[in-house]
Amino acid sequence: MTPLSFALAHSLPEIVLAIGALVLLMMGALRRPKGDWIISECAIALLGLAALSMLFQVGPTAIIWDGAFIDDAFARFMKFLALGGAMVSLILSREFMAREQIDFFEFPILVLLATLGMLMLISAQSLIALYLGLELMSLALYVIAAFHRTNLRASEAGLKYFVLGALSSGMLLYGASLLYGFAGTVSFTGIGEALKGGPSIGVVFGLVFVMAGLAFKMSVVPFHMWTPDVYEGAPTPVTTFFASAAKMAAVAITVRIVMTAFPGMKLQWQQIVVFISILSMAIGAFGAIGQTNIKRLMAYSSIGHMGFALVGLAAGTEQGVFGVLVYMAIYLAMTLGTFAVILSMRVGNTYVENIGDLAGLSRNHKFMAFVMAMMMFSLAGIPPLAGFFAKWYVFLAAIKANLYWLAVIGMLASVVSAFYYLRVIKIMYLDEPARPFEKANWEVSAIVALGGLFVVLFWVYPAPLVNAASLAAKSLF
Amino acid sequence: MEIGLTHYLIVAAILFTIGIAGIILNRKNIIIILMSVELILLSVNINLVAFSTFLGDLTGQVFSLFILTVAAAEAAIGLAILVTYFRNRGSIAVEDINMMKG
Repeated sequence: MTPLSFALAHSLPEIVLAIGALVLLMMGALRRPKGDWIISECAIALLGLAALSMLFQVGPTAIIWDGAFIDDAFARFMKFLALGGAMVSLILSREFMAREQIDFFEFPILVLLATLGMLMLISAQSLIALYLGLELMSLALYVIAAFHRTNLRASEAGLKYFVLGALSSGMLLYGASLLYGFAGTVSFTGIGEALKGGPSIGVVFGLVFVMAGLAFKMSVVPFHMWTPDVYEGAPTPVTTFFASAAKMAAVAITVRIVMTAFPGMKLQWQQIVVFISILSMAIGAFGAIGQTNIKRLMAYSSIGHMGFALVGLAAGTEQGVFGVLVYMAIYLAMTLGTFAVILSMRVGNTYVENIGDLAGLSRNHKFMAFVMAMMMFSLAGIPPLAGFFAKWYVFLAAIKANLYWLAVIGMLASVVSAFYYLRVIKIMYLDEPARPFEKANWEVSAIVALGGLFVVLFWVYPAPLVNAASLAAKSLF
Repeated sequence: MEIGLTHYLIVAAILFTIGIAGIILNRKNIIIILMSVELILLSVNINLVAFSTFLGDLTGQVFSLFILTVAAAEAAIGLAILVTYFRNRGSIAVEDINMMKG
C-alpha cells in the first residue's frame, strides 16, 4: 500500500464527513428545501457511514499526515461515541426544529462540521492539529447554540458561549506556544520525549494554560460558568449535542495529551486533575439542588459527571483510562436517554422544561416515567444500573493508585447528588399530575426505549463495551 | 542592549494579560471583548514567531499562520452572533446580558 492510500484509509471517517458536508451544503444552497427533511436524513446517514467506515480500520496504531494525526484503538472508541452522540442528537432534533420553525438545512450541516472537528480533535497528535480540530468544533458549536436567532435566550446563550469559548481557546493557545517554545516541537510524542529530563518552569506554565483551555471545553470547575446558561438557552437538541458528543471529544483529547505528552510530568498534572475533579464533583452536587429548570439541572449534573470521569484520569494508570472510557460510554447513553425524555415534554405545541411539569408523569405516560426514573437512578449511581458500574471502575482505579480520599470525596458527592435525582422521581410518581404531555413520535420513543434498555440491562452483558474499552486504554500505553 | 527571546516573551505576556484583563474587567461593551480576544491571539503569535526564530524551526511560523486564519473566522462568527443578539435585545452592553443567571 502506498503511503498516501494508507493515510487516506486511516482517515476515512473524516474524509466521508468532510466531503459529505460540502455536498449537502451545495444541495441545500441550490435546492432551498426548507421544511424538507432530506438534508437532515442524509446527514444522519453520513454519520452512520462514517461510523461504518471505522469498522474497516483494524490493525495497529498508525501515525499519518506528517505526525499530525493518529489512528489507534483509543481514537476509534471515542469516535464511535462522538458519532453516536451526534447521530442521536440529529434524530432527536427533527421534530423539535420543525415545531419551533427553525428547521433550516444549515443545522444538520453545522452538526456534521462540528462532528468532523471532534473526530480530528480525538485523533490529534500535534498541537496544531489539536487547535484546528478544536476550532472547527467550537466555531460550529457557537453558531448552533444561537441557532434560534429570533429567540433572545438562544442568542444570549450563543454570545456567552462564544465569548468564554474564545477566551479559553486563547488560553489553550498561549499554553501551546509555551510548550512549543520550551519543548521545541509541536508533536505530542516529541514533547513527551523532550520532557523526560524533568520539566522547566515554562513547560509547567504551558501545561497549566493548556489544561485550563481543555477544562473549559469539558465544562469542569473552575471553567464551568457558561454551562448552565448555555444549556438552558440553547435549543434542546443543541443542548443534547453539547452534553453528548462535544463532551466525548473534549475528554478524549485531555486524556490523550496528558498520557502521551506529559507522562514525565505526572506530579504536576495529577495535582491539577485532582483539584478540578474534586471541585467539579462538589459544584455538580450542590449547584443542582435549587434548580427548577430540567436543562439547568442536567448542566450541573454534567459538571458533576465530568468530575467523576476525571477521578479515573487522576489515577494516571491504564486502569484509570479504562475507567474514563467506560464512564464516558455509559454517560453518553444516560445523557441521550434523559434528553430524549426532555424532548418529549411537550404540552400542546410548546415545549416545557420545568421540573414541575413532569408532575404525575407516571399516570399519563407510564413507560416514559419508568425510563426517566431508571435514568435518574443510574445518574445517581445506584446498582445494578449502568451508572453504578461507571463509578465503580473509576473509583476502583483511584483506590489502586492510592488516591483513597479522592474516592471517598467522590462517593460523598454522589450521595449528595442522589438528592436531586430522587426529587425528580418523587415529582414524577407522587405529585399531583400537571397537564399531560402530547404523545412523542416514534423516533424519540425509540431512543428513550434504547437508552432505558442499555441502562437497565448493562450488567447482564457488559463484555462488548468492557473489552473495547480495555483494548482502547491499552493502545495509549 | 541586545534584544533577546526574553524581551519578546515579556511583550507577549503583557499583551496576553491586557487581553485577559480586558475581558474580565470590561463592563461596557461586547465589542471591547472581541478586541481583547484578538489581542490574546496576537500575543500568542508573537510568542510563536519569536520561539520559531530562536529555535531555528519553521513550525512555529506555520502555526501562527493557522492562528491568523482561524482568528478571522472566529471574529466573523462572533460579530454575526452579536448582530442577532442586538436584534433581539436592542443593546450590546455587557451588563444587559442577564436573561439567565449562571
